[in-house]
Amino acid sequence: MSDNTIKASSIKRNDIILKVVIYIVSIIFSIMTLFPFVMMFANAFKSTYEVQQSTLTLWSAHPFQNLAKNWQVINSKDFHPFVGFLNSFIVATCSTVLNVYFSCLTAYAIQAYEWKFRDAFNGMIMAIMMIPGTVTMIGFYQAVYKLGLVNKLSMLILPSIAAPMVVFFMRQYLQASLSMEIVQSARIDGAGEFRIFNQIVIPLMKPAIATQAIFAYVGSWNNLFMPLILLTDKNKKTLPVMISLLNGDIYRTEYGAIYLGLFVTVLPLIVVYAFLSKYIVEGVALGGVKS
Amino acid sequence: MRNKKLVNYAKYGYLFSIPFIVAFCLFTLYPVIYTFIIGFTDLKGAGNTEWHFLPTVGKNLFANFKDVLTSGTFQKAFKNTWIIWIFNFIPQIGFALLFTAWFTDRRSKVKGTGLFKILFYMPNIITAATLAILFNVLFGYPKGAFNDIFSGVAKVFGVTREAYNFNAHEWPVKIIIAFVQFFQWYGHTMVNLIAGVIGISPEIFEAAEIDGANRVQTFFKVTIPCIRQIMLFVLVTSLIGGLNMFDIPQLYIGTKANNAGLTTNMYIRNQAFGGSYLYNRAAAASVILFIIIVILSSILFYILRDRDEAKLKKLRKQELKAARKGL
Repeated sequence: MSDNTIKASSIKRNDIILKVVIYIVSIIFSIMTLFPFVMMFANAFKSTYEVQQSTLTLWSAHPFQNLAKNWQVINSKDFHPFVGFLNSFIVATCSTVLNVYFSCLTAYAIQAYEWKFRDAFNGMIMAIMMIPGTVTMIGFYQAVYKLGLVNKLSMLILPSIAAPMVVFFMRQYLQASLSMEIVQSARIDGAGEFRIFNQIVIPLMKPAIATQAIFAYVGSWNNLFMPLILLTDKNKKTLPVMISLLNGDIYRTEYGAIYLGLFVTVLPLIVVYAFLSKYIVEGVALGGVKS
Repeated sequence: MRNKKLVNYAKYGYLFSIPFIVAFCLFTLYPVIYTFIIGFTDLKGAGNTEWHFLPTVGKNLFANFKDVLTSGTFQKAFKNTWIIWIFNFIPQIGFALLFTAWFTDRRSKVKGTGLFKILFYMPNIITAATLAILFNVLFGYPKGAFNDIFSGVAKVFGVTREAYNFNAHEWPVKIIIAFVQFFQWYGHTMVNLIAGVIGISPEIFEAAEIDGANRVQTFFKVTIPCIRQIMLFVLVTSLIGGLNMFDIPQLYIGTKANNAGLTTNMYIRNQAFGGSYLYNRAAAASVILFIIIVILSSILFYILRDRDEAKLKKLRKQELKAARKGL
């Protein structure tokens, strides 16, 4: 009896120790995650001289004066955050809409109809999922250059019509949620196939669309590789290409301005994340399990 | 009758896949084929679009491939890519598993896991370009947050410390790039693994508990085998992503520090757009990278696929059984 209570209490003590360790490590990781962003925020309000004194101080003698001055420094050179925002917004919004809509359409074509090359097409989609962007890059650039379409944002948007990964995900979702009976009854009511897709299937897929749209948006917004190669006109640069300018020699000693520039690019993402984080994290989980 | 109906609707299957097929042919297939062709030509020079196959200008057909494979820079870039990926992936999967074990533990019921998940995942949505430059200035020399921290710590112990230039040495550069990559992805991996564990039927855990398995045994003998599939998925996506690594090393260090952070993707871009405009060599390098990725992911997908199909077959059998019972 007493043996048992000793055992029980030692188990309980171990539980408490484990819990303490879990919290401590989790908090350390939270600090690690937040530290770079806190530094970025604090230093955006500092003058170059203050940054050179110490990066770690969280306050500045004249925060708003410095902020205004850093802002001026940024805008006096090639980094124009609003131009970048606008271009990124255009590219990310258009490519997300195309990506999600046509992926649904393609997935529906595979799922709802029986056609001769369906299985071959489906197999092809699985196979091309692993084609890396790099291998298309040189050929794509050459073709685009020949046609004189360098610096056209549409060259970053249109390729997202064919997104095999998203088609794959959408098809899995359809497999689980589309009942052909609904489609049949709509047909009996005289609805055309295209109308059925737009008015019945698309609303049915809303949860999957939301998840995939968020990731398509974030992916397109953050993409650097293709835009860096295709966009040379400074009025066409997307935000990540703009950000890459902060690394160059032009801002070399303007530390406060570099931090502010980075801060400006992160701010909208953090605001959006604050509102959507729950859905985003759930969406990742969904995508992982399904794939 | 039923067949007739299906035949009637088949044309919509073709019709609805047309946009995908057209976009795929224009923006993926054609550029891939073109890249392959360029790899066997003499296409180089800024703004040049004229090319000839190498044998027609008196060269070996595979000269570009030979140039790439024997180039010291490419070999270094290839080695760097693997080193950086491994230094990022091992801690990534390690910590992700550790947090998964902790956050899904049925006995300790950790509170606030939702918040930790959201925090740990956050770096994943931040633009990689921003993170790379942010870490570059934080590891700055002579003044940067990390130099300040280390100097501060040294001061406490009464030692004076010279500022260290992290960005001028081979290994610190690689390890920091791997860390930034880790920083951006461990939360993502963790969320995936946790979702996998939540998907496991609780009865299995109850059975293990009744059998007297402790936490560690449960995790290694029950949890990990059940999420093997997801771990493989994470491995495949991380490997493909890792071999295509570009944003972070490009903006963290570029070709500085004696190419300490040069990856294969950066090498390809630099060949074509870094001032020498060797499109043919860049194309050859990307074909090589493509072949490597296809081989590696085929192997890994084969492992994945086999198990999936086995599972499907099992399910089908069960369904058949159930249907027979129903009859």
